[in-house]
Amino acid sequence: MRAFLRKEWMEFCRTGRLLILLLIFTLFGIMNPALAKLTPWLMETLSESLVDTGLVPTAVTIDAMTSWAQFYKNIPVGLIIFILISSGGFTAEYQKGTLIPVVTKGLSRRKIVLAKALVMFATWTALYLLCFGITYGYNAYFWDNGIASDLLLAAVLTWLFGVWVIALLVFFSAIAQSGTQVLLGTGGVVMGGYILSMFPKLSTFLPVKLMDGMSLLQGADNPDHYSASIAVAGLMILLCMVLAVVFFDRKRL
Amino acid sequence: MEMLTLSHIEKRFGEKQVLRDVSFSVPEHTVFGFVGQNGAGKTTAMKLILGLLASDGGEISVNGMKVHYGNSATNQFVGYLPDVPEFYSYMTPTEYLRFCGEINGMPAKEIKVRCEELLCLVGLEKDNRRIKGFSRGMKQRLGIAQALFGRPKLLICDEPTSALDPSGRKELLDILVNAKEQTTVLFSTHILSDVEHICDEIAFLHNGRIVLQGSLEEVRTIKKTAATELELERSEDTQTLSSAFPHLISTGRNTLLLEDAERLPDILYYLADKRLPVLRIERQEASLEELFMEVVGK
Repeated sequence: MRAFLRKEWMEFCRTGRLLILLLIFTLFGIMNPALAKLTPWLMETLSESLVDTGLVPTAVTIDAMTSWAQFYKNIPVGLIIFILISSGGFTAEYQKGTLIPVVTKGLSRRKIVLAKALVMFATWTALYLLCFGITYGYNAYFWDNGIASDLLLAAVLTWLFGVWVIALLVFFSAIAQSGTQVLLGTGGVVMGGYILSMFPKLSTFLPVKLMDGMSLLQGADNPDHYSASIAVAGLMILLCMVLAVVFFDRKRL
Repeated sequence: MEMLTLSHIEKRFGEKQVLRDVSFSVPEHTVFGFVGQNGAGKTTAMKLILGLLASDGGEISVNGMKVHYGNSATNQFVGYLPDVPEFYSYMTPTEYLRFCGEINGMPAKEIKVRCEELLCLVGLEKDNRRIKGFSRGMKQRLGIAQALFGRPKLLICDEPTSALDPSGRKELLDILVNAKEQTTVLFSTHILSDVEHICDEIAFLHNGRIVLQGSLEEVRTIKKTAATELELERSEDTQTLSSAFPHLISTGRNTLLLEDAERLPDILYYLADKRLPVLRIERQEASLEELFMEVVGK
C-alpha cells in the first residue's frame, strides 16, 4: 500500500494538480481578510454612484466576522474546484488501463481504493488547514477572532462536509466509468441534499447543514443542533467507503 | 506439474459466445503459443486467467490455486504484458519498475539491481526520461520488463511482438525463450513464424473453440505430406508434362504442383527420359500458416 500511496502522491505533484490547488486555497485564504479590509474603501469609491441611485451609504463596521463570512462563502468554491480536479482520479486509470499491470501484480484492490481515498482526504485536510490558517492569522492581526463563537467547531464541521463529499466521490468513482458520471453522481447527491434541506424538519439531519458555520459563529445556532447531521455524515462516509471497496472488488478494469 | 489449467471455460458477452468449452493446460517451463485470428478470443481467455473477467462456466487454476474474479490471489504468481500496455506517463521507467518492485514487496536493494538488469535486457537503460514520450514499441519493452520484474512463475504476454520492428521482435522472442528457464510462458499471437521459432506447445483458437492443440512436432505431423512444386523452362514442356500426368495442378505460368509425393519418381523418370529442361524442383515446407488456414477453413 505504501508503494501505491507514493505513486498517488507523485501523480498529484507531477500532473500539476497540487500546484493549482495550493495556489487556489492560498489565494482564498488571503482574499477573505483582504476583501473585508477593502470593503470600506470600496464603499467609499462607490458611494457617489450609490447616492445617485438613491442609496445612502452609512458607516460600515469591519471586523473578523466580515472576513469569516467571506471564508464561508469561498470555501465551497474551493471544494468544488477540489472535486473537479480529483474527479478523474479513478476513471482516468480505468480508461487508460493503467491499473491492470498493478492489479495483475497482486496488489489487492482494497488497497488501491483506500490509498486513493486517503490521499484525497489528506490533501483536502491540508489545503483546508492552509486556507483556514491564513484567514485566521490575518484576522487575528487586523481584528480579533474572539468575537466569533465556536470558531473551531464551525471550521471542523465545514471540513467534515468536505470529507463527506469526497467519500461520495470515491463511491461514485468505484461504480462509474467516466469522470463525468462521477461528477454527476456526486453533484447530484449534494444538490439533492440542498433541495431536501429546504424542509425544516429534514434540514437538521442533512450533512448540508454542516456548511452553515456562520450561524455558529454569530451565535445564532446551538452546537447541539449539529449532532444529527454529524452522525448522518459520519455514517454516510463509512457506508460510502465500504460500498466503494465492495464495488471496486467486482469492477471490470 | 501443470502451471496453468483451464477446464471447460465458457464466456459470453451478452448474446455473443466468445469462448466455448476451452480446456488446455500448460506444463511448467514451457513456452505455450496461443494462436488465433483477431477476435478469436485470445485476450478474453487471458483476462479470465488474470481474474480481470468473470467466466460463465468452468474452472481455471494457476500453480494449483483457483482463480477468482476480482481480487485473485493467483496474480502473485503471474507477470502480465497487456496487448497495449499503458503506464503512468509521469514516471520514468526506473521509477515505474521500482513501483512494481515495491508492490511485489521486494527489498530496496534487490529492486535496484533488478531495475538495472531488466532495463538492460529490454534496451531501455539509456532512456530514462518520462514514459509520456515513449513510442508503442518502447512501451512494449517496458511492458516486458515490468512483467518479468517479480520473477513470476507464469508469464502471460498478449501479442507481445505486434508493435515491434523486426529486430525488436527477435530480441523479444529471445527474451521469452531465455525466460523459459525460470518461468512458464503463455503468449498469444497471430504471427505464425514467432510460434515456429520459440513455442514448445501450441493451441489454435478459432471462433472461441480450441481447434488444434499439442506440441509443435505433433501439430506439424497432423499436416498431410508436403507437396512438391516443379518449374520448367519452356511452356510447351509444361504442357507436355501436365498432359502426361493429369493430376499435376498448374499453379503458375510454368509451374506445376504435385500433391501426392509417391508419384515423384515417375515424374523424375519422365523428365529424364524426355530430357526436359527443369528450372526448379522444390519440396514445400509444411508451414503452420497452411495448417492455420486449413483449421480456420479458408
